[in-house]
Amino acid sequence: MGKRVALTGNEAIALGMRQINPDVVAAYPITPQTDIVQYFASFVSDGQVKTELVTVESEHSAMSATIGAAAAGARAMTATSSQGLALMWEVVYIAASFRLPIVMPVVNRALSGPINIHCDHSDSMGARDSGWIQLYSENAQEAYDNLLQAVKIAEDKRVMLPVMVCQDGFITSHGMENLEILQDEEVRTFIGEYTPDYSLLDTKRPVMYGPLDLQNYYFEHKKQQAEAMKDALPVILEVAEEYRKLSGREYQLFEAYRMDDAEYAVVIMGSAAGTTRVVVDELRAAGEKVGLLKLRVFRPFPYKALQQVLGKVKAVAVMDRADSFSGFGGPLFSEIRAGLYDLETRPRISGYIYGLGGRDLGIDEIKRVFAETKMIARGGDAADLVTHLGVRE
Amino acid sequence: MAKLMEIRWHARGGQGAKTAAILLAEAASEAGKFIQGFPEYGPERMGAPILAFNRISDEPIHVHCHVTEPEVVVVLDPTLIGKAGVTEGLPENGVILVNTSKSPAEIRKRLKMEKGRVMTVDASAIAMDTIGRDIPNTPMMGALLKATGLMPFEKFMALMRSNLEHKFKSKPAVIEGNLKAIERAYQEVQSDDDKS
Repeated sequence: MGKRVALTGNEAIALGMRQINPDVVAAYPITPQTDIVQYFASFVSDGQVKTELVTVESEHSAMSATIGAAAAGARAMTATSSQGLALMWEVVYIAASFRLPIVMPVVNRALSGPINIHCDHSDSMGARDSGWIQLYSENAQEAYDNLLQAVKIAEDKRVMLPVMVCQDGFITSHGMENLEILQDEEVRTFIGEYTPDYSLLDTKRPVMYGPLDLQNYYFEHKKQQAEAMKDALPVILEVAEEYRKLSGREYQLFEAYRMDDAEYAVVIMGSAAGTTRVVVDELRAAGEKVGLLKLRVFRPFPYKALQQVLGKVKAVAVMDRADSFSGFGGPLFSEIRAGLYDLETRPRISGYIYGLGGRDLGIDEIKRVFAETKMIARGGDAADLVTHLGVRE
Repeated sequence: MAKLMEIRWHARGGQGAKTAAILLAEAASEAGKFIQGFPEYGPERMGAPILAFNRISDEPIHVHCHVTEPEVVVVLDPTLIGKAGVTEGLPENGVILVNTSKSPAEIRKRLKMEKGRVMTVDASAIAMDTIGRDIPNTPMMGALLKATGLMPFEKFMALMRSNLEHKFKSKPAVIEGNLKAIERAYQEVQSDDDKS
């Protein structure tokens, strides 16, 4: 039985990192860093972890040092947010292509400009093609649970890919909520010891990381990376099952809430899924056949599993907390549409971009989305394929 | 207690509204409630108007949107009345608690409130007496407890003692001062007739 505590999302992540007790954490210690690293630094100072904490001069250096440590065979972590992830850019791709099982909490916040410190998913969505697994969390509990599972997913020999554990900036990162935590020993048994197959420090089996790799083999290595991402799907489910036995909390690739007989549904990620669940309950009580699909695993994108659930409804509204400026909606919208294309009967799909820069998504706006989606499910036409929800014109 | 209680804190940066919302959330959580406690982060600085929020419920809380219709509003600085929209969204059966030396009747007039309940306590004076600084956040928690009946007084004090002992290990005088402040505000808070 877990221990019930009240923590902010950032405190929950820092506590999870203490329980993981990584060999190395390299992080930039100043804004846009969050207080995850501040809390973790106090665990280091108080001798509660054996971690070597390296406070570096930029996020580019943070990821570079984390990569170095991981390539040397260490269990290595960092954490970032917003502009910090943007500055890491170049090396984020290298972490994935080196197949280093780095776990990085990301506190989702808007990108400049204009300058904004509040929640949206632009930072991690920008890194969606970098080769990292991405898990999104609705609340502090899920951020904590996803963090612990991420270590085991990343280090699985069938995967060996880095993982971003995302939660919504301020809304859950700085808000206090209840959650249940595991005992330190339970966490350590669950994640186990990390034994790398290839380590720069293993002088008996010398290896090279980051060599020149031109027309001859680069493509083959990229194919292997793509295969590893696909192979991660069953591993994520296996780890979730093991975690359920330990914690009693169930995780899947996504949560399908009241979807069994749903006529129309909303797809959403992060903290706003909680608000949407409340709206679903309210509409269900009024006799509406509505459902919610909360995506947890965005990378790898579980399109086959999504087909099975979303293929049964008549209309879907996909809600993105990021714009890709493609002129064709947000990233989640276009991927859901592409993922369902091969179905013989597929739902009609409209897109909503919401909550940029921390704009609140209220109950009434979600009700409006359901009302419009119902109209489309009954054969009406959407006014716009993609709507910027709650924006002043 | 209502199924879900929503509270909005009005203060100026530096008065401890965020800390109060977090301390209240912790205490309610330890009493077995489901909670949220969160400030509204903006370009906050000393003296600027700020907001903090609580949700407290007997059932799990899923919503992550703003609190727009709080049934309880706590005002740590009376100079915010007329400037910060302190009664905005307050339902007809709502309660507003103000840190002031004035009576509930006077504050009701200033708020132009016809319905609901107005409560006042001189939390700043209590804080000066007990803590030695004008930090009205903890005494207002005592007044809030009286207004809401969130949990029995003794239980709240025991939880607060343990939380404060954890936070101020090296400053026992601060702990006793804060506990005294909560107790005095709990006893001294005044209410006018409930007009809901």
